[in-house]
Amino acid sequence: MYSNMVTLQTLDTIFYEAQRQGRISFYVTSIGEEAINIASAAALTSDDIVFPQYREPGVLLWRGFTLQEFANQCFGNKADYGKGRQMPIHYGSNKLNYFTVASTIATQIPHAVGAAYSLKMDKKDACAVTYFGDGGTSEGDFHAAMNFAAVTESPVIFICRNNGWAISTPTSDQFRSDGIAVRGQAYGVRSIRVDGNDALAMYSAVHSARHMAVNEHRPILIEAVTYRVGHHSTSDDSTKYRPANEIEWWRMARDPVTRFRKWIEINGWWGSEAESQLRSSIRSQIAERAEKPPVNDLFTDVYDNIPSNLREQEKLLKETINRHPKDYPADVPI
Amino acid sequence: MAATFHGVGATVAALSSSSSSSSPSNSFGSKKLLSSPSRSFSVRKRASFTMVRSEGSMNFDLNSKGRRAQQLIANAVATKADSSPASSSSKPGHELLLFEALREGLEEEMERDPRVCVMGEDVGHYGGSYKVTKGLATKFGDLRVLDTPIAENSFTGMGIGAAMTGLRPVVEGMNMGFLLLAFNQISNNCGMLHYTSGGQFTIPIVIRGPGGVGRQLGAEHSQRLESYFQSIPGIQMVACSTPYNAKGLMKAAIRSENPVILFEHVLLYNLKERIPDEDYICNLEEAEMVRPGEHVTILTYSRMRYHVMQAAKTLVNKGYDPEVIDIRSLKPFDLYTIGNSVKKTHRVLIVEECMRTGGIGASLIAAITENFNDYLDAPIMCLSSQDVPTPYAGTLEEWTVVQPAQIVAAVEQLCQ
Repeated sequence: MYSNMVTLQTLDTIFYEAQRQGRISFYVTSIGEEAINIASAAALTSDDIVFPQYREPGVLLWRGFTLQEFANQCFGNKADYGKGRQMPIHYGSNKLNYFTVASTIATQIPHAVGAAYSLKMDKKDACAVTYFGDGGTSEGDFHAAMNFAAVTESPVIFICRNNGWAISTPTSDQFRSDGIAVRGQAYGVRSIRVDGNDALAMYSAVHSARHMAVNEHRPILIEAVTYRVGHHSTSDDSTKYRPANEIEWWRMARDPVTRFRKWIEINGWWGSEAESQLRSSIRSQIAERAEKPPVNDLFTDVYDNIPSNLREQEKLLKETINRHPKDYPADVPI
Repeated sequence: MAATFHGVGATVAALSSSSSSSSPSNSFGSKKLLSSPSRSFSVRKRASFTMVRSEGSMNFDLNSKGRRAQQLIANAVATKADSSPASSSSKPGHELLLFEALREGLEEEMERDPRVCVMGEDVGHYGGSYKVTKGLATKFGDLRVLDTPIAENSFTGMGIGAAMTGLRPVVEGMNMGFLLLAFNQISNNCGMLHYTSGGQFTIPIVIRGPGGVGRQLGAEHSQRLESYFQSIPGIQMVACSTPYNAKGLMKAAIRSENPVILFEHVLLYNLKERIPDEDYICNLEEAEMVRPGEHVTILTYSRMRYHVMQAAKTLVNKGYDPEVIDIRSLKPFDLYTIGNSVKKTHRVLIVEECMRTGGIGASLIAAITENFNDYLDAPIMCLSSQDVPTPYAGTLEEWTVVQPAQIVAAVEQLCQ
């Protein structure tokens, strides 16, 4: 668990820097939320279907998504599973049961309930898990989905990453209820509030939640209290709306990775040498120069087979590119 | 698996396989020999009309499958079922109303594939507001026919989530207008996810419900959502108009791997027709030739089909020979059938219930002009509803919908 948390941190740092250098267009970090990401993923099985918001790449990492695959999606090259169609960090992997990230907030919550319903109908030993932030709980989809999960008794775990900020909106402007856990109670869903920066607490909460969800067919809400140390995304500068010393304090004193490391060091399972070895090995794993996806990937997968109107549009585009090759990037295969 | 019809009556020339193949994925672009049985034109005398028994039956394309009882509709609305197949004694198939046809299609698919399920408000034991899902909950259980809370965006989202994990949900909007609340899920997720996930996740969902102008239902319940949804990439839209194509389209939509929106019309639920006993589906991308002709092509869909057919009677009496096509597939358009018709008649009239601005007619005009401009002898005419919310008062409401008299006048003007 620890090495994955470190990997996540390093991954975030590298890609963030890459964005600042102009090599990728956009990135979203999960600094400060590594424990939520990794510990919750560790408590689930690979059959559990994950519906993320966008700040949960750690779950994918835990399940085996390689650093190269992360890079492929961010760079939108030919090897990207999404075929270059989505912005960076919109990862998705069918085989790892991680649903493709959509930019819309909270729309994945009803999806999770539907999937849980489907799992229940198929009587599978699995549950659906969905993540969202404190801001996402204001969306209508959240409320209706919670309500309906309770009514249909679906095995779904709602994990709310209450990190204090929705871009620049603090939770005091987001809601006046006592956090998110009370909302679960209002809908008849068993809820719990956990310290999101405590990896062990997260693990144990998710573990019991999963047990309850799958065996008793009920939804569970976990509110993981944490802090968004990074900016909302690379398009944001959070020092504009919150004091820099607050950010620093959370980064240093309350860092989940450090906290966990101290625990494993005390138990004698880790040391500083292992630490530096780990960190340096991660940085060397990512390649960047790869081919871009071809033009016809613009038209495939809109439907299961390409319809006539799209074929026409594709033809038109190719003709235009052939007529004016200088106006189009040379490194994109046709 | 092709359904074969046993021809009845003198007009049947050949037995040919009618319905499209029932393979699970309708492949785009391949034109199968698909001829939906044409409507017989011989109608019974009715008090409100002086009838000339038209010899329309002779004009038929050779693939006609035998007479169907023509539903003669006074106001192009099926208020009373007029079943009069008395001419032939033992006709094959069975008679039912359109909502029953939808139910039959749904039921057969649910039996055939255990992953098909229904979600919507009051669809369970209540049977649905228009009784399309009546009896299904008792038969298949509450788990497969799910009553949802009043949260359209969310239960559509649920349907999408269920679809990408392997179920084949049929989501019912109690009225199409309510699906405006589900627009976010339909546009941003349903239409997009197959694409943005790089093909990893498919969403074989069917979203259906009644729409269109009803009988004084007020503005909010008389919406034509096809004009709002037509732009969403990734979805398919079809509109049913007869019990035959309602059942066929329902089945095809369920079997399709793409998200399909099936538009039904509030006033057509009580249409009665005789449909075959065999299993059949209607191709999702094909238009239906309702009445072949030579002078003018009239393109229409859903309820307007009946207004057009009524106008066609008058036109035939006046000596015109209109070709009527029910486009059925609203996205994408069946430009093959439409194109052939335009090449034959050189004049096009579109009759729709959508608003003038940004409706299906507007897109259809653009598509035809782009592709078949050289074949047109006159500018395309489009009759549609005005850009007003539908009023409650009956007389006002009647005048927002295109009436047969206007259609006749338009054809006369077009054919000058």
